[in-house]
Amino acid sequence: MAKIFVLTEHRQGQIRDITYEMLTKARELGETTALVLAKNAKELAKPLTEYAQTIIAVEDPRLENFNSEAYKQILAKLVAEHKPTLVLMGHTSYGIDLAPRLATVLNLPLATDLIDLGFENDAFKVTRQVYGGKVNAKATARKAETYIATIRQATFQPKKPEPPTKGTITETPSPLTGDIAEKRFLQYVLPPPGGVDITAAEKLVGIGRGIKDVANIPQVEELAKSIGAVLSCSRPIVDKGWLPTDRQVGTSGKTVKPKLYLALGISGAFQHILGMKSSDLIIAVNKDPKAPIFNFANYGIVEDMFKIMSPLKNKINEVRAQKA
Amino acid sequence: MDVVVCVKHVPETADAELKIDSSGKNVEKTGLVYDINEWDDYALEEAVRIKEKQGGTVTAVTIGGDDSDSTLRKCLARGADKAIRLSDPKFEGSDGFAVAKILHSVLKTLHHDLVLVGMQAGDDGNAAVGPILAQMLGVPHATMVKRLELGAGSAKVNRELEGGLEEQLEVKLPALFSIQTGINEPRYVSIMGIRKAMQKEIKIMTLADTGLAEADVGVAGSWLTIDRLYVPPVEKQAEFLKGTPDEMAVRVAEILKSKGLI
Repeated sequence: MAKIFVLTEHRQGQIRDITYEMLTKARELGETTALVLAKNAKELAKPLTEYAQTIIAVEDPRLENFNSEAYKQILAKLVAEHKPTLVLMGHTSYGIDLAPRLATVLNLPLATDLIDLGFENDAFKVTRQVYGGKVNAKATARKAETYIATIRQATFQPKKPEPPTKGTITETPSPLTGDIAEKRFLQYVLPPPGGVDITAAEKLVGIGRGIKDVANIPQVEELAKSIGAVLSCSRPIVDKGWLPTDRQVGTSGKTVKPKLYLALGISGAFQHILGMKSSDLIIAVNKDPKAPIFNFANYGIVEDMFKIMSPLKNKINEVRAQKA
Repeated sequence: MDVVVCVKHVPETADAELKIDSSGKNVEKTGLVYDINEWDDYALEEAVRIKEKQGGTVTAVTIGGDDSDSTLRKCLARGADKAIRLSDPKFEGSDGFAVAKILHSVLKTLHHDLVLVGMQAGDDGNAAVGPILAQMLGVPHATMVKRLELGAGSAKVNRELEGGLEEQLEVKLPALFSIQTGINEPRYVSIMGIRKAMQKEIKIMTLADTGLAEADVGVAGSWLTIDRLYVPPVEKQAEFLKGTPDEMAVRVAEILKSKGLI
């Protein structure tokens, strides 16, 4: 039976959701082992006993914060010792920093950002997205004793096994010797507090690349004002400095659940989708009928956002005037 | 400070309609507009800013055919001193691992205090080449870098984590950083600037120049082989509103009204 290692992701004492998502998928593929590398690994591992058959806990004060070099050294040793069939980690700030380097040092094949994976006739088959999610690629990994993979967040629904696994926690001494001098954690940095909390807004108008120019933002602000909505945006708008960081919706920004999310000129990269898909009502306007945002919206308008904004603002003002 | 920046010439697909070609393993490339990979554009800008501040050189390296020269010209126009293009039909089908091996073969011959790469490419999106290359070069790395501050013998970098949080690390130099978008504001390069860069030389290297074997590159030298590409199945789709912009605006207003949202 395949032996699946899942790397537990934790930050500031909290196990992150991706861990449970990976453990859920791993159960379909074989015997599950969760790896917990932390300062307080045995304590942190407790909730995982309901999800994984085995938990390997490596406790070391140097593991309080994630350090991919420290993780690489420990995982390289664990993989060599236990020879798992597959090592899973999140396609997150953890896995992106760690997996490629670990695969290189172990000379094992790596597949990243997977949305599906499995074994077919002894071959490791993966599905990933290319061209910003417009195309899926099915691929086969070079044959190896162990495969390494990073898994896209929120791809697999976490589910506790019935009955819970009652896994056993085994402690393994930390193989780290000395400090990791070439790469040291200094501190967490929070974004500067902004004036607007988009997570508290009942209605959001979200803008994306389709806005084209910073000069067009006042026009959207007027529309948002007529609806009584707060302006939010996808990543490129913040990257360009057109709106402050606190307006960003998505994995590297905020997760929002408003009653209305009106998406204007947002194509719907998965990082953005993960931040807004639980909104009650999603209306999307985009020129491209194949934009992924339409797969998550309740209503779609295939049109240039600039042709819709002005009539929409007028109609909304009319409705409001009738009510008044 | 000598900086090497690795760049990729990629098709812009955000607004393009993509078709799978007859091989089933590639997208139809005709009609697509190519440019420097978005993440690499930020890496290049960061490299040039370091040079402007501290002196030294910037070398841009890419893997690709003749058409990739336009991306290298952009690098030269922006302020890169040298440009190298690794080009060989045998490189076709290389994944992140094979690409890193090809880049490593050249980087190990170039003096560098710093290697900058884009955090991922807009086409394959592996987000893997940077750390693989760093391991091969034997230098520390950090990915998803949103802020970079150089000190004596080390750099302070901010990595982007989830949910708006960042972490600050101190990394010894030489090092490799994979750059996240938004770290800076890439400058505009005029057509004149690009024309001027036409006079600069682009060094071309083939497989024979890299010292690698045929089995190290392309599909043979890769961890992953593409079986097939397909358009993702649609599980749920929006109800599309029809009509003129005015008519659609009326419908949206009605929907919002019916839900008590206006």
